[in-house]
This record gives sequence, structure tokens and C-alpha cells, in this order.
Amino acid sequence: MGVEGIGASVVRKEDKRFITGKGRYVDDVKLVGMTHAHFVRSPHAHAKVKGIDSAAALKMPGVIAVLTGSELVADKIGNLICGWAITSKDGSPMKMGAWPAMAPETVRFVGQAVAVVIAETKNQARDAAEAVVVDYEELPVVADIKAAIAPGAVQLHPEAPGNIIYDWHIGDQAAADAAFKSAANVVSLDVVNNRLVPNAMEPRAAVADYDTAEEHYTLYTTSQNPHVARLVLSAFYNIAPEHKLRVIAPDVGGGFGSKIYIYPEEMVALWASKKVGRPVKWTGDRSEAFLTDAHGRDHVTHAEMAFDKDNRITGLRVKTHANLGAYMSLFSSSVPTYLYATLLSGQYNIPAIYAEVITVYTNTTPVDAYRGAGRPEASYLLERMLETAARQLKVDPAELRRKNFITQFPHQTPVIMAYDVGDFGASLDSAMKAIDYAGFPARKAKAKSEGKLRGIGLSCYIEACGIAPSKAVGSLGAGVGLWESAEVRVNPVGTIEVLTGSHSHGQGHETVFSQLIAERLGVSINQVQIVHGDTDKVQFGMGTYGSRSAAVGLTAILKAMEKVEAKAKKIAAHQLEASEGDIVIENGEFKVTGTDKSIALPMVALAAYTAHNLPDGMEPGLKETAFYDPTNFTFPAGTYICELEVDAATGKTSFVNFVAADDFGRLLNPMIVEGQVHGGLAQGIGQALLEHAVFDANGQPVTASFMDYTMPRADDLPSFKLNHTTTLCPGNPLGVKGCGEAGAIGSSAAVINAITDAIGHNKLEMPATPDRVWHAIHG
Amino acid sequence: MSTVKLTVNGKAVSAEVEDRTLLVHLLREHLNLTGTHVGCDTSQCGACTVHIDGRAVKSCTVLAGQAAGSSVTTIEGIAKGDELHPMQAAFRDNHGLQCGYCTPGMIMASIDIVHRHGGNLDEATVRHELEGNICRCTGYHNIVKSVLDAAGRMKVAQAAE
Repeated sequence: MGVEGIGASVVRKEDKRFITGKGRYVDDVKLVGMTHAHFVRSPHAHAKVKGIDSAAALKMPGVIAVLTGSELVADKIGNLICGWAITSKDGSPMKMGAWPAMAPETVRFVGQAVAVVIAETKNQARDAAEAVVVDYEELPVVADIKAAIAPGAVQLHPEAPGNIIYDWHIGDQAAADAAFKSAANVVSLDVVNNRLVPNAMEPRAAVADYDTAEEHYTLYTTSQNPHVARLVLSAFYNIAPEHKLRVIAPDVGGGFGSKIYIYPEEMVALWASKKVGRPVKWTGDRSEAFLTDAHGRDHVTHAEMAFDKDNRITGLRVKTHANLGAYMSLFSSSVPTYLYATLLSGQYNIPAIYAEVITVYTNTTPVDAYRGAGRPEASYLLERMLETAARQLKVDPAELRRKNFITQFPHQTPVIMAYDVGDFGASLDSAMKAIDYAGFPARKAKAKSEGKLRGIGLSCYIEACGIAPSKAVGSLGAGVGLWESAEVRVNPVGTIEVLTGSHSHGQGHETVFSQLIAERLGVSINQVQIVHGDTDKVQFGMGTYGSRSAAVGLTAILKAMEKVEAKAKKIAAHQLEASEGDIVIENGEFKVTGTDKSIALPMVALAAYTAHNLPDGMEPGLKETAFYDPTNFTFPAGTYICELEVDAATGKTSFVNFVAADDFGRLLNPMIVEGQVHGGLAQGIGQALLEHAVFDANGQPVTASFMDYTMPRADDLPSFKLNHTTTLCPGNPLGVKGCGEAGAIGSSAAVINAITDAIGHNKLEMPATPDRVWHAIHG
Repeated sequence: MSTVKLTVNGKAVSAEVEDRTLLVHLLREHLNLTGTHVGCDTSQCGACTVHIDGRAVKSCTVLAGQAAGSSVTTIEGIAKGDELHPMQAAFRDNHGLQCGYCTPGMIMASIDIVHRHGGNLDEATVRHELEGNICRCTGYHNIVKSVLDAAGRMKVAQAAE
């Protein structure tokens, strides 16, 4: 490892522009002649749109147009789609209701757009939107799962009887039932996985520009995957063919899943820019983010676990209802199925698993992947189950887990996943040591003598990352392949540009990807430029989500690099009159091994481009591309342990210690890896203690601002103690597994297990606010 | 419409703005100082924090007109040429940022925290003081580290002056 190579905690290249205020986010983009859009949104959760009167708005200063859903439909702009097909138990396809980008007839959640005002300034558009009069006829509302599936409930979509989207299952029901019949002990548990709002700090935004002469659109947007956005906008939404649409995702201020999807606003901005013949900018405010960004989680689950007389797990049965909101967002169907139920084996050897998942429509904001996406729900369920079981069976929770750990790899679970490698005992040991698990009883006793309730909680998570082998996900219903592409260009002066389909919105790709080039060629990371986020520059890409950029995106870069190196070695050998097999690359030089003959990279590059003296038949240039499709998921895993105190008088929890022991395979930049874990932990702890997207019975969101929705703040969180154990991933040449989501996946259960340990019983749901904890203690 | 005259990053500026214009919009839209960000609409997130006459203020809570005659410093105005402010350098060196969106506000708020507390900062104080700035990426762990590191650097820099 060099000072800037793989494994070094290199300070980030991209930081200079962010710390000096020179980052360029979508709202910073200004185009000549740019107009501004403001949406007219439904105040009702369910209503018929009987009429829209724009007359007054159109007379207001600066107003250029008021466009409605009917016009959008008339122009044949396609409905939003869900791109992952799920099949119900009975073989029927999922029931997808129509979702026009602006509602022409019916609104189904508060905040759904019905019209858009285009004006000269943002304030003029906002003012005029207030003057658009919409005649609504209110309809009955179903605001949660229970209401949606109640007999006689109002039907949201004619396509989905009973508001059921699909009733899906996985695993072997007969085997699971048999395990329960012969079980020595059965533990059952009901849990709610609370709905969350992703809340990336940069609100979504779009700037759309239509070029009349070229019939070509440019869209600047807050996207984690600009090529996927272009594909969907072209193939399904009928905006423009792909070669007539450029999507640019410049600096993007966080995503956490919420910026994967193609939303109505960017579709409307594109369409409107052609309608008005000028560029159109829309920048969402935080209130719009709460109303319209895809939310996360929202599961209600009943589960049972069977044990034999030696406390070995013999079976698991799970029944989950998941709320997908009013419409099916782009990947919503996959989250509670293939990203959730396939992880229900956790770190444990469970011979028989059967899970049923029923998804429902409600009059709420659509739900889709949010950091972890399905895996936090699986991990939370299992880890609360293991803790509950340990207490019921009166055994130590760490030892019950250890007894049931998978120790032989590869391991085929009963729910599709084949774990390639891991050492779950090692991460458990590491975390227990870090928190002094053995010393906990004495600390608890001391706390008790001081009037405090102290608890400790474990969570041993596993996740499937590096998504994903295209053939595998295709067979499970995915509408796209999940490979990644890369291009490595060595310029004639020896500097290097790497074009990647991964997209950085905080992950530090510009640094980590440069580190790989530095490692391979022995050059400084400052000689490398990472280019991403522009469909006109990068050949293609599936984007960044699911902790895939290192395992899939960087492996694609490595594959392109290997081709570049092979060609460069041929050129060097030719120039040095040596054998190609004798050329080694060291510190930016191509050397003939065992001699003092060498040629520097810039001279090799120059030779490639002058083409005056290349091997016979070789094409000029030094630029290669690669598409990499992974062979398996990767399986990051680890143990989190939380120790905290509860004040019985107030219900307030205070952290004593929070330790993590993660196995991410090879660490490419430990500083960045730890930063990813910190952020994930904060989101998981936020879910456990603070965050909750609440709708009242009328479907009105009651936590739709930072005044009402409790975001974790600096004084809500502890400093974290991170440890690493390592089993290298055999599925990719870098040995990496991914680190972006682990913290959010594993931490919620550790916190709740610690609180329930402190208060001495298990009846507690997230978020464990002081009010809920106080009532859990005092009844 | 009114004409607002003030000093921004040491330069006298004047802008013709609607009376309802917030300082943050004056900075971003009229002066093209887009380093100051808008992260919410309820004055909760602190992404728009700037200094007015040396004190950290959320620029979404101030009308442009209220800032008339004052001296405003934004994230673009704290480095001395190529030399970063110690707080900027500390954020970079301690990986105190990820997506960078909250970062300008965090840095401006943190400089004020160090100014007000001098060398008497500890983790609990920093966490309490940062309560008005929301970050979704870092879990605050490395932001707290950055501020404590910068407090030391600023002390050294001050002693040197």
C-alpha cells in the first residue's frame, strides 16, 4: 500500500470545493432565460379533482403558464412505473395502479401535484400557485395498513381489489410448519418497523432545458443514477428518446435511496420546458420533501421462532404487512420482498423459513428504498427475536446467538441467499471485548444503586450488498441489469480520467476510485480525475445505492484498468525492445524486470497517441472500457452493542457506550469507511429513538417539517467506537463487501434491545421516545 | 422593491430586492454566493448559517433589508486566498463532511462556537452548541472531532498573530 493507495486513509480530494462553498448543486445552476416552477398540490389525502380554474393565476405578474394533469396526459407523457415485477402466491402479477405525474382525476395522498405554475421568478410562481383554484370532492381515506385491509375499506385503485398489491411468499411452508410441530420452545414477537423520511439535506431539484432546433433536452437533477433516470424517462415516460436527452447529476447533497427514483417533478419540468420554450427550474422546499420524497420502512410483522431442546433454531415463520403508500414507486415492490425476506436467515443456521409479505395501498406518500431497504427491517425483526428468545429461554443473548451462528461457508440459506464468507464469531467477540460485556452485570448493579436503569443490547446483522448479479435479479423480476460500467482514459501527457457509472453524493468516490489508480500505476491521486454523473460523458451506469459502488463500480474500473495496463505494457515492451512478460509497473514507470531499463507512463501514453512507433497492428490511443456484472451479492456482517441508561422518572435514555464490529472485507479507505458507518448508525439510532413519519386518520401528515419530525442532532448521539474484523469477499478481485448501509441496518435493534433490557420487559416500539419509554415503565 | 446596501466578504455590495427577500436569497440569487445553502423552510437545519457582524446567524431568519449596513461573511469569505480557515482545514482533515450540503453552515456555526467558548470546549459543549445544525451524513462524530481540532488550531493561529 502506498501513501495514496488502497487501504490508506487519504483525505478527500472533493472536499476543497465543499469546504470553500464551491460545490455545484442543482439549485446552483442558472441558465439564460430560466423560468421557475411551483406545484399546486393536493391538501387532501383522497379526492376527486372536479375542476381547476387557472384564470386568476394566469393574470398575475410574471406568470407564463399554468399546466395541469389533463394536458400532461393529452401529450402522452407516460405514467410512473414500478420496475420490479412481483408475483403473488396465486401466480397473479402485482397490481399496479396508474400514477400520472400530475393527477388529472384523482389525488391519493397529501402533496400530490395537480398543476404547475411556470413564472419568471420563484416567488411569482409561488404566489400564483396560491391563486389556482382546484375544486376537490373529498373521498374516504385509508391512512394505514389496518384501515386499508379492513372489510369495506375504500378502494384506492380499481386495479387492486382490497387495496392489496401482492400477497407473496418465500421459503418452505411445510418444512417450517414441521419444525414448529416438533419444537421444544416457540418464541413469538410482534413488531412495527416505523415509517421514516430519508431527509437528505439537499432537497430534490430539477433544471430542464429544451433545445428547439436540436429537439434535445438537458436535465440537471438530484439523482443517484442519472443513466437510469434517462432510461426510464425515455423508455417509459415518453419524454424523449435517449439520444435526445442528457441527464446531469452534479454535486448531490445526500441521497440515502430517496434520489434513486424518477419523480413527477423532473418529468413535469422537462415537459414544461418544451411547452414554454424556456428552461424551467424547480427546487423543492423541505415541506415538499416530506410530502413527496419516497418514505422508508413501514412494516407490521408477526413472527415465530422454533427452538429444539438445546436452544438451536429449527424454524422461522414470518408474516409481514408492508405499506407502499398511494402509488408504487420505482423499486418499491422489491424492498419488502427480495431485499427483506431473503435476509431472514440473518447470521443463523435456520433449517426452515417461511415468510409471507402482503403489500397494501394507503392514502400516504409512496414508500420505497431508504438506506438499507428491507435489510434493516429483517435485521430488526430477527435481532429483537433473538433477544426475546434469550430472555424467554433464560440464556445469555450473546451465547444464544453464537450457538446458532453459521460457521461453514459457503452457506445456502432457505431464502435464496448463498453467503460466500464470514466470521460472525469474530465480530461478536470483537464487539463484546470493546464494550467489556463481561463487566456489564457489575455496571448494571452500580447504576441500579444510583437509581438508574441500565441495559445492554446486541444486534448481529447481515446484509446483501453489491447489488447485483443481473441474471439473478432478472429471474426475480428486476426490470434492469445491475452491472456497472467504467472507462479509463490515459491522456497523451499521462494524466488519467476515469469515467464511472457510479454516482457520488457524499461517498467519496473521487478519492477512493483515484486510490485504485494510484495503487495500480504508482502515480499521485492528483493525476487522476474521476468523471461521473453526466450521461453525455459516461457511457452508461446503473448508479449508486445498495452499497454497490466499491464492489461493483470500482471492480468495473479495475477491469478497464487491467486492459489499459495490458496495452501499455505492450507499448512499453516495444519501446524498450523487451518482452511484454518482463514489464512491471512501479511508481509510474514501466520497467524491464531485472534491468535498469524503464520508460515513464507519460512517454508510454505519448507513444500511444503519436502512434509513430507502435507494435504492428496495434490501434493508437490508450483508453479502455469495461462492463462488470458481479457473480453474487456481497455479505457485510457484524455486531453492534449498545449500553445505555434509562431515567425512570422521565423515560429519557442516555447512551453510555455504542460499539461496532463490522466485517466489510478489504477497507479501501478506513477513514471514509468509518464515516459511512457513523452516518448509518445515526440513521438507525434515529429510527430507534426519534424519527417517525406520522399520518392522522385523514391521511394528513403530522410530522412534515423539521419542527415536527425529529431528526437526530449532535446532542442526541454518542461518539461511536468502531472496530473491524476481516474476511475478504471472494466474489470480487478487490475483496470488498460494501459499507454504506450497515450502520442503518444493524443499530436499531441494538438500541431497542438495550432499552427493553433496562426496563425489564419487551413491550416497546420504535421510536422509543421518552413518552413511550415512560409508559412502558409505568404502564 | 428596495435597494439594500451591505458589506459581503469585505466588499461593498448593493442589490435591488423585493422587500420580502431573505438574506439567504440575496446571497444566493443576487450575489451568486451559492455556497450558502437552503436545507429547510423552518429555520431548523442551519445550512444557511453565515456571520453577520461576526456572529453566526441563520440567513433564512433575516430579511435582506434587516442586514442593510451590516457586514456579512459567508463560506466563500473565510479563507485567506489559498490558505484555508483552520475550521475548513479541520473539517477536511477529520472527514467532517460527506455530501457537503450542510458543511458551509456547519463551518460558519462552528467558527462562532470556538469564538464564544475560546479554548474551553469539550465534546458535550460542542454537541450542545451544534444542536441548530442538522447533518444527515456524518452522524456528527467527525464534525465534533473537527470542531475540537479546529479550536486548538485557532488558538495557535491567534497566538501567532
